[in-house]
Amino acid sequence: MAIAENLVTTAFAKDAVLDCRLDRLHYGSFQAVRDSHIPVHKGRITGFIGPSGCGKSSVLRCFNRTNDLIPGFSFDGQVLFEGSDIYAADIDPVAIRRFIGMVFQQPNPFAMSIFDNVAFGLKINRYKGDVAARVEEALRQAALWDEVKDKLKRSGLSLSGGQQQRLCIARAIATSPTVLLMDEPCSALDPIATQRIEELMLELKERYTIALVTHNMQQARRVADNTAFMGVDIAGGRRTGYLVEFGSTDQVFEDPREALTREYLRGKFS
Amino acid sequence: MAGEPAKTGNHGGIARAPAAGERIADRLFRGGTRVLTWLVVLLSAYIVWEIGGSALPAIREYGLGFLIGTEWDPNAGKFGVLPQIWGTVYSSFLALLMAGTVGLVIAIFLTQGFLPAKLETAFRSIVELLAAVPSVVYGLWGIHVVIPLLRPAADWLHAELGWVPFFGTTLSGPGMFPAALVLAIMVLPTVAAISQDALRAVPHKMREAVYGMGATRWQAILKVIVPAASSSIFGAMVLGLGRALGETMALAMLVGNSNQITLSLFSPANTLAASLALNFPEAGVVEAGALMYAALVLLAITLIVNVIGASIVARSTRRLEGQA
Repeated sequence: MAIAENLVTTAFAKDAVLDCRLDRLHYGSFQAVRDSHIPVHKGRITGFIGPSGCGKSSVLRCFNRTNDLIPGFSFDGQVLFEGSDIYAADIDPVAIRRFIGMVFQQPNPFAMSIFDNVAFGLKINRYKGDVAARVEEALRQAALWDEVKDKLKRSGLSLSGGQQQRLCIARAIATSPTVLLMDEPCSALDPIATQRIEELMLELKERYTIALVTHNMQQARRVADNTAFMGVDIAGGRRTGYLVEFGSTDQVFEDPREALTREYLRGKFS
Repeated sequence: MAGEPAKTGNHGGIARAPAAGERIADRLFRGGTRVLTWLVVLLSAYIVWEIGGSALPAIREYGLGFLIGTEWDPNAGKFGVLPQIWGTVYSSFLALLMAGTVGLVIAIFLTQGFLPAKLETAFRSIVELLAAVPSVVYGLWGIHVVIPLLRPAADWLHAELGWVPFFGTTLSGPGMFPAALVLAIMVLPTVAAISQDALRAVPHKMREAVYGMGATRWQAILKVIVPAASSSIFGAMVLGLGRALGETMALAMLVGNSNQITLSLFSPANTLAASLALNFPEAGVVEAGALMYAALVLLAITLIVNVIGASIVARSTRRLEGQA
């Protein structure tokens, strides 16, 4: 066990594409998350699990500064992306978001054609190559091509929920971002669509680094290589999330170091 | 009968079927809304019928020639409304061009996080206040402020660029451009308010998605957010156009009441609504009939614009949301 853990720890230090060293995360005066140091590794899926309100989505949204859109948001700490802090004063969040893509909880295609949805990232990045070929490739990687190849001009909003979410994945991966953040991507989907997305994540892992927030522990178990388990302090009716335990998924699920993790996995609280 | 317990509502729980009184109230409410809806339809039909009836003698007399005639001379018994139709359409589209552009810019500025929320609300109220100014006040303001203010620029444009049809005449006083400008200010609150609602209605998740892709603010606004709201924004334009077509008092004071067809922005012109307002008080029986015909033409134009507008809105909504 000790050897396995050492191997994991060494790998953690080496391969972290994103290294989150969050000290405090506030929305206005409300402290939503504290003390969560979580690495995200190249070519792996890092799962974030924990009870409602533990701030797992908030942490994920720090990774490409999507939280900046929320009034009152403030962040103490660092998020190192390939060694440099994305919260440094001279960093443009717009640039960060181009390298770190995101798939949201609710499918959110743009009100434009399927083709234009996927081509959007290519256009804003002024891609000079063959746009149609990239769009097709992204749609194939997102396992959506066969279903939409004859109706690329139809609105993205005309698709079913599961198809819309795969369209959003295609849109996110069309520009080959370094990291793909997925915030409960299956929570609005039925089991069949969920299974397809999970298979997709495993395929995408070959090329992309993925950080996945999920409320479904089995999903983390099935797809994540590493797992961060977050807990929540409830003090005076205010909930503050924090990292309880981080490790390889096998270790966290089978031999958790923390009692809290064990209780959560046994279903003692949610 | 299986349905019986549901009727008596006796299952031992708290749930019960609606009582007879509740059902009657429901039926009354439904009936009432239906009656009121039809009342509005009937009222519109009645108005068209009445105006049509009063216009009928003139329609028989002048036929379709009325629509392409360019003279309005009650003494000679000559009646044609083409200049008024031209003036109505030209002034309205000019006004919409200005109000639409400015209104959309205002709507973007007040909804896309350029200002703190409190200032957004304050500015919004100020723009909406423009709708509370009476038409006749706009007319007076146009005569005493706008026209003198425009004259130097108009004279310069005519002197330097007189060969451009738009600047083909000098601004001698009332005219097309001051009328359209004031009209634009009157239409602006409608266009701006509805465009703001349309932009606010774009789902937050779509905004998150576009910013999450690393789009700059202008890319997000111009390529995703405005297009997503485009059918409602277009609806705002149609409403604004409808208002501009029918606006009377300010135009009667500002447009110059001169029946000519010209592209020149500074030349006086006329509109259907303005000529109705100005000519009715002194019209004899024959002219009054012709004016009724003109009113019917105005009604038809606004109706056609609204129907075309509504169908374009519906089509673009279907296209955007993928129901087509």
